[in-house]
Amino acid sequence: MRRLRTYGFVAAFLAVPFVLYTVFVISPYIQAFQISLTSWNGYSSVVSYVGLDNFVRLLRDEVFWRALRNHGVMLVTLPLVTIAIALFLSFLLNLGGGPGGSGVRGLWGSRFYRVVFFFPQVLAVAVVGVLFQAIYRPDEVGVLNGVLARLGIEPVGWLIEPSLALWSVIAVMVWQGVGFYVVLFSAGMAAIPKDYFEAAALDGAGRLRLFFSITLPLLRDTVQVGWIYLGIAALDGFALIQVLVGNKGEPDGATTILPITIYNNAFSYGKVGYASAMGVALFFLTVTFAVLTLRTTRRERVEL
Amino acid sequence: MTHPGEITRRQLLRRIGFTAFVAGPGAGLLSACATAGTGAAPAPAPSTSLAASADPKNPFGVDAKKPLEVVIFSGGYTDAYAKEVHEELYKKAYAGVTIKHNATQQIGTQLRPRFVAGDVPDVLNNSGPESMDLTALAAEGHLADLTPLFDAPSIDDPAVRVRDTLTPAVLENARVNGMNLVLNYTVSHRALWYNAKLFASKGWTAPKTWAEFTALGDEAKKEGIVLFAYPGQKGPYYQLWNILYTAAKIGGNQAIIDIDNLVDGVWTADPMRQAVTAWAEIQAKYGDKAYFGLDHTQTQVKQLQNQVLFYPVGSWIENEMAKDIPDDFEYAIAPIPDVTANDAMPYGAIQVGVGENFVVAAKGKNPQGGLEYLRIMLSKEGARGFTEKTKNLTVVNGAAEGVELPAGLVSAAKAQDSAGQNIITEARFEGWYKELFDYGTEQTNRVMAGRITPEQFCTAMQKKADDIKQDESIAKQSRS
Repeated sequence: MRRLRTYGFVAAFLAVPFVLYTVFVISPYIQAFQISLTSWNGYSSVVSYVGLDNFVRLLRDEVFWRALRNHGVMLVTLPLVTIAIALFLSFLLNLGGGPGGSGVRGLWGSRFYRVVFFFPQVLAVAVVGVLFQAIYRPDEVGVLNGVLARLGIEPVGWLIEPSLALWSVIAVMVWQGVGFYVVLFSAGMAAIPKDYFEAAALDGAGRLRLFFSITLPLLRDTVQVGWIYLGIAALDGFALIQVLVGNKGEPDGATTILPITIYNNAFSYGKVGYASAMGVALFFLTVTFAVLTLRTTRRERVEL
Repeated sequence: MTHPGEITRRQLLRRIGFTAFVAGPGAGLLSACATAGTGAAPAPAPSTSLAASADPKNPFGVDAKKPLEVVIFSGGYTDAYAKEVHEELYKKAYAGVTIKHNATQQIGTQLRPRFVAGDVPDVLNNSGPESMDLTALAAEGHLADLTPLFDAPSIDDPAVRVRDTLTPAVLENARVNGMNLVLNYTVSHRALWYNAKLFASKGWTAPKTWAEFTALGDEAKKEGIVLFAYPGQKGPYYQLWNILYTAAKIGGNQAIIDIDNLVDGVWTADPMRQAVTAWAEIQAKYGDKAYFGLDHTQTQVKQLQNQVLFYPVGSWIENEMAKDIPDDFEYAIAPIPDVTANDAMPYGAIQVGVGENFVVAAKGKNPQGGLEYLRIMLSKEGARGFTEKTKNLTVVNGAAEGVELPAGLVSAAKAQDSAGQNIITEARFEGWYKELFDYGTEQTNRVMAGRITPEQFCTAMQKKADDIKQDESIAKQSRS
């Protein structure tokens, strides 16, 4: 009876989120799988099944592969760069200060910096997009090119040169993401008992040694979570690219990513079936990425 | 607005809010507006019930007790023309009728699910970046046949049928899948636009030949003015239009008609190749690559500051920039200069096109009211009201008489007069094969930036056109 009451209590709380999740997340996913097997155009009341045709066509689609390649680049660089910068900053903020680098305090003014680093995270993606349009603007009015012009350097087409555009976009994503991971890692670092650092410092360990031998191993779980978040962010990027560069992954498809291709196919070209097939592909990519990351980075807990 | 990719910043932000949700990481949510299940085959439009009767006051047999729902795309024209002019006229004609007015910028988001579910508005202004695929709606029998409307007596003179009060292009462009389903309401003039006051002060005249055009480019360069620019962001289709119209000027309207009909080898034929080559050279010699990264508004502002001489756009530009036009600026239209010595169309040819789609839902609650609403829009009073509210011309002949028009529109009307029969046709593949058009804008940026040669542009476009032609899932249209 008591058990029933406990579980009833839990079930009552779970029911609403469970229903919402099923209706708004699970069922659309299942429908996407269903629609990916059709040639539905988004209007027709008759839906005809075409088997795996959409997927066969996907393999031959140049734009799809270009999008995948861009995802690949983002998947490697975005987490790597963001986590490296975030770790460096949070180490300085939490453990970089103190007399002789004893590693128990942050740098002077670290609270202030922490807030500053978090600023970009507060801005909506659309705002960030518009902001960086002004920063990257390809004439002297642009913030970056204005500085370059003062130095007598020709303006650079940050977003209009196919070789630069994707990197410019990734730079914005890093800029926006770092603050969050600084806070995340700071929380992780705060959880590490100070005694370790003090003991190590007494034994003569420097800042570098402290970081690589104590901080990093004990932060492993947090970094891993950050890696997965960033990987998923790399597979999205839709809103930012849409606002910043355009709705076709300009220039020359250099910033094309799957969500953009999906959106165009579904809503501009009336190929909802085909777009759903891409959605399914993206779903498997995301899941594969998450599983792989969890697998490869899994290991025994650090014994303290 | 008549140009499909045109979006305001607010709209963009709104759109992002929506799309970020829809195409999130999983993108599975794409199907949130999913199918209504496997229904029966679409019923054909009930065309018989909409035959025009002899009564000139009420030819469609409108029932004043039936409410009417009107959906207006609230873009550059806003919705005041509908709310304050057309709907008021409708209410006056049918006392006591109720009109549900719905203005939105998200035509597709709001209406796609409603069409799938069968709950449709009676009159729809299908426009803007989210405008719906009318061919697909037509294939489902959602669009009412407008033939009774065109054959009905006009409001101003019951002896004259509606079809005889309109620019002929309306009837030509009404056809989808061989039926009259779409009413294009506005007329726009497209070519190159410049500042007449600047030209007057410098003693320049609009160039008639390509040699004059480049000579003016050298002249302007000395003054630090760029001869020609188009917006590489959000507006490269202005330049794709420009190239298409130039090809039509060189090779005649058949060049565009063949492109629309997906004729083999039309993209690699001489007119298209010469047009692309000419414009790519202008960009290389007289252009500024910064414009590849500016959007339409930024580029237009630069023209207002006399930093750009010619800008390829349509006559809506004047109203679009109305608030920002300085005192020393006056919009005027210049035809595309002669590219070769023997262009098929003489100097003076400009593009005059119809736009801004209105349709009546065949399966709505009040299709009779919908047709009547369009008939009211096509009355002189309705059309004049639109021109007064939006400073744009309508397809109704002579409706703008007596309305004070801004300078740019006057110049466009004059240009049309002197063009006479040499009117460049519009490229309809923009609506028919959006994928080909979007691909074209991307390739336009490439060729203009010099990343591919004009030959590569032509080959790439031809290949894409061939792919579209062979893709059986895309419904084909044809024109003449």
